[in-house]
Amino acid sequence: MFEDLRDLYQEVIFDHNRNPRNFRVMENADRQVEGFNPLCGDRLTLYLKMDGDKIVDASFQGSGCAISTASVSLMTEIVKGKTEQEAEDLFKKFHEMTTGKDEQINLEAVGKLAVLAGVREYPARVKCATLAWHTLDAALKNEQKSISTE
Amino acid sequence: MTNFPVEKIRADFPILAELIRNKPLVYLDNAASCQKPQAVIDSIVHLYSHDYANVHRGVHTLSVRSTDKFEGARTKVKDFINAASDKEIIFVRGATEAINLVAQTYGKANLKVGDEILITAMEHHSNIVPWQMLCQQTGAVLKVAPINLQGELIYDEFEKLISDKTKLVSVVHMSNALGTINPVEKIIAASHAKDIPVLLDGAQSIPHMAVDVQALDCDFYVFSGHKLYGPSGIGVLYGKQALLEAMPPYQGGGDMIRKVTFEETEYNVLPYKFEAGTPNIADVVGLGAAIDYLNAIGMDKIAAYEAELLDYATEKARQIKGLRIIGEAEHKGAILSFVLDKIHPHDIGTMLDSLGIAIRAGHHCAMPVMDFFQVPATARASFAMYNTKEEIDVLMKGIESLIEVFG
Repeated sequence: MFEDLRDLYQEVIFDHNRNPRNFRVMENADRQVEGFNPLCGDRLTLYLKMDGDKIVDASFQGSGCAISTASVSLMTEIVKGKTEQEAEDLFKKFHEMTTGKDEQINLEAVGKLAVLAGVREYPARVKCATLAWHTLDAALKNEQKSISTE
Repeated sequence: MTNFPVEKIRADFPILAELIRNKPLVYLDNAASCQKPQAVIDSIVHLYSHDYANVHRGVHTLSVRSTDKFEGARTKVKDFINAASDKEIIFVRGATEAINLVAQTYGKANLKVGDEILITAMEHHSNIVPWQMLCQQTGAVLKVAPINLQGELIYDEFEKLISDKTKLVSVVHMSNALGTINPVEKIIAASHAKDIPVLLDGAQSIPHMAVDVQALDCDFYVFSGHKLYGPSGIGVLYGKQALLEAMPPYQGGGDMIRKVTFEETEYNVLPYKFEAGTPNIADVVGLGAAIDYLNAIGMDKIAAYEAELLDYATEKARQIKGLRIIGEAEHKGAILSFVLDKIHPHDIGTMLDSLGIAIRAGHHCAMPVMDFFQVPATARASFAMYNTKEEIDVLMKGIESLIEVFG
């Protein structure tokens, strides 16, 4: 019945929505930032544990739609072990994948985040996918405050 | 209802023939904005094609024609809500601007430190924020009457909040997020007993029921044209003449003056005192056409048909496991707000859109209502006179299917 949506709602997204990874409060986190999308009420708190400039652990709490939950769940998995610079580079590629011109898309460069490429066709849902990454960006810049998509 | 001419009405709305994602459109976002009948679209095209010039200005033929149509629409609005005079009908951009106008004129002139404005916990942001701004400017205090879990105003609590300090009561006639229709007759009587004027936010009620401002005895009534099958960008402030006469003007400019020198300005009479600048002529004419269209059908018939649609939808929705209706007031208009277990309203919205079904997903500009029900957002199907039970069946089948997909 929902054939048209297969690119947007891939099985991986349903999986992460049902069983989000790293869904926990992190005691003694080095960075903690709240992300908020006032348009839809999505709200998340991102926690990072750092070792120098390396992200050694990432977790989150919050509530959101399937796209936003899957996006933050996947992100916490993929950034673990990455340096700040590597995470920022990945954010840039992810951003290009979701909002950039067709020729900028490099699905191989984003690894398993490629399952979120479908949001390109749904402008109203792009922010659901990027909220996690904007929150990470703020955390890496050590902005100890809430960020908003608006 | 067998004798409601819904198929004939549907044929008058060209957009209802659109295919959305290759499926027939099922438009259930009417509380956000209604679609327009051909008669409204034609009225605007006709004005610009044959009768357009600025109003209240020239002696030339087109200016006279344009003015006649513009003022004719004002009379239609007056008759539609049974106001006493054309002077009580002020054209504004929408319900939001109307409330801001009252706050910044009546409110600023009459409220001082410690005075109170009383609203309810189910207000749209447009009936919260203008009062908060006024409170900041004057030192007045905003009081909020609570609601219960059915989404109904707790009337006794409301009455207790009316005090000697209350200077204005501003309540929604019908809630956009919950569908609740408030007991406005009681509210107005209790407020008037203490000489407190009452503003009714009629943005949602106006398309669903016959409104008689004299019978209601409300002091202000505001609504938007786009929710009444008319154009966007046009709305109405109704105010009792004596109140409007005593209020200072809202904006300064052309049309709202009688005489201007560099030393002083004499303001124009009602309703022009509140209509500075060239008005939204074409959309006023379009609103008049929408009212003609609705009068030909009859507001009472529309209300009865929509009540039947809501009953049908509510009964079907209650049979869906995992669906919770938000807003189950006993007295309710054609709005079905709901949440599904473990499925976010935005996912519901995208999923239903792929089936051609347009609903609203979000906080409906009523964040305090969402907080009260402890949900980040709801999905909302809102019905209009052109919707059918078959469309409700499509909606319910869609909801059942997406629950299955999310598993």
